[in-house]
Amino acid sequence: MKKIEAIVQPFKLDDVREGLKRVGMDGMTLFDVRGYGRQRGHKEIYRGHEYEVDLLPKVKLECVVPDDRVDETVGAIIESARTGSIGDGKIIVSDVPEAIQIRSGQSLEDVL
Amino acid sequence: MKRIVTFAVMLIAVLGLPVSAAAQDGIDTGDNAWILTSSALVLMMTGPGLALFYGGLVRQRNVLGTMMQSFAMMALMTLLWAIYGYSLSFAEGNTFVGGFGHVFLNGVGMEPNGSIPHLTFMVFQLMFAIITPALISGAFAERMKFSAMLLFMALWGTVVYFPMVHMVWGGGFMSGDGMIPCLDFAGGSVVHMSSGVAALVIALYLGKRKGYPSEAMRPHNLTFAFIGACLLWVGWFGFNAGSALAADGLAAVAFVNTHFAAAAAVTSWLVVEWLRDGKPSMLGGITGAVAGLVAITPASGFVAPMDAIIIGLAAGAICYFAVAVVKAKFGYDDSLDAFGVHGVGGTVGALLTGVFARMAIGGADGLVEGNAGQFVNNALGSALTWVFSGVATFVILKIVDAIIGVRISSGDESIGLDITQHGEEAYN
Amino acid sequence: MKKIEAVIQPFKLDDVREALKGIGHDRLTIYDVRGHGRQKGHKEVYRGQEYEVDLLPKVKLESYASDDRVDEIVNAIVESARTGKIGDGKVFVSDIASAIRIRSGETDDDAI
Repeated sequence: MKKIEAIVQPFKLDDVREGLKRVGMDGMTLFDVRGYGRQRGHKEIYRGHEYEVDLLPKVKLECVVPDDRVDETVGAIIESARTGSIGDGKIIVSDVPEAIQIRSGQSLEDVL
Repeated sequence: MKRIVTFAVMLIAVLGLPVSAAAQDGIDTGDNAWILTSSALVLMMTGPGLALFYGGLVRQRNVLGTMMQSFAMMALMTLLWAIYGYSLSFAEGNTFVGGFGHVFLNGVGMEPNGSIPHLTFMVFQLMFAIITPALISGAFAERMKFSAMLLFMALWGTVVYFPMVHMVWGGGFMSGDGMIPCLDFAGGSVVHMSSGVAALVIALYLGKRKGYPSEAMRPHNLTFAFIGACLLWVGWFGFNAGSALAADGLAAVAFVNTHFAAAAAVTSWLVVEWLRDGKPSMLGGITGAVAGLVAITPASGFVAPMDAIIIGLAAGAICYFAVAVVKAKFGYDDSLDAFGVHGVGGTVGALLTGVFARMAIGGADGLVEGNAGQFVNNALGSALTWVFSGVATFVILKIVDAIIGVRISSGDESIGLDITQHGEEAYN
Repeated sequence: MKKIEAVIQPFKLDDVREALKGIGHDRLTIYDVRGHGRQKGHKEVYRGQEYEVDLLPKVKLESYASDDRVDEIVNAIVESARTGKIGDGKVFVSDIASAIRIRSGETDDDAI
């Protein structure tokens, strides 16, 4: 099993969910996070004092999939999250040697 | 003894003089106190009332921008009103618009206008000029440039609102002794219909928000909306009962009618919603209250309290139908239902005023008292208001669009009004 | 050294913490997340329009343990988080390359 983590623009979340649904992947966990990368932030001014806001709101999504589904899942995220401008986000794939469904106590590989 | 007499004479002089002076110049202090209080209540309807109501209904990234649209009217319309707005509304002019007799409040001072100082009358009417354009903002929520909004509102106030006031209340052709005398006690056509129709036009002109209607655009804070709606309900006592322009029996009738209609509309909205959607929602309840308050506005000084309940019941059900069925069918994005509640509710109220008006209350009979002519006049006045506000709003939008562009860019829409228009965020 | 991640029902968090305390492992990082899987969401109606809310609130917890304690911890989580219904969640176990305690600089098993 592999874990796919993707950090995407919040306004792209609906598109990404649609994209994942199309490849039959509709289980995921979402985090509201703040991110910082090459994307420039924006300025906010409160009573004449300027603040650079460079930690921007992002959505992180995680899903765990069998090894043979990794490529299409990653492909779907890339396609649906891309706008072509800086700040589109990143995808990280890592190993998950053990995954268990709580309801049945069984290994996820057997369940899926 | 002599000292006591002297003191008594002085006391009479001190206490008595101002009273007799007031009586002489025709000002009733009780009336003045009530209308000044009502003016403050009506201002409270815009800020914080409407700002919280609309601010709670938008998504998180647009809450400040939405509140600013209401708040900015408290500044902009006040200045326009002081410079020429009051004059175009109430100074002597032709049948469509007032003249320049009162520009810069020339001739508007402490002297009586009825039983209250002219300044009191002026400031009470100003509060209506603030909330009317603010109501429109519900239709263009989340997607209009702040700069374009300001220019639009300045032009709309000048071309639509001030003339509307003059036509209906300022001696124009829809007022008491005009060609088509319409009954509009506190602003069913002047305030709610004119702004509601403008709202529909602007929603159609701007187009839908990105993602509407497939994406759920859920209210980000319904507790805000609740507080705002309740402030509107309370403020509406100033709006309607204050429109009696005196602290008299008519004010009491308008006060009671206002309250009864709101209660009835909450009930009918919730019942219809419960039957159709399965649950009575809080958003439904507060929207119903506003619909009832809108509908009773033109009728509040012309009908009896039991009529007000019927008007409220009708408004709640009809406005629900407008926002839940009609809007979905035609697909326009009247984001916060400014048209569905104010345009439709105002029209329902104007028509029913022509039905239920009673001579004993407001000095005019409607359909139920056998005076079909009044119903026809009110229907005709409503139609004229629709056409006038609709066409003028469209022309103004074209002009503003040509000068600065009315809609924010697609990227800005994703980021939200708060950051792109005002450079700040609501929640940190 | 392993990382244990679990996505569970929010109302089961107290039970899971009790269970972990019971086996002497009360070290957790908790995230409030939104999750979507086979569990169905609920409907919300605004102004007569129905919306499907299918991202449901979940709690994600993360903990780190030496290899010999992993089974015990995973069991404790699975047992305490289970209701037997869809939506109970999942547990993932993955390898950790290294761990450092910031306060002391201790590394790996000593750090966790």
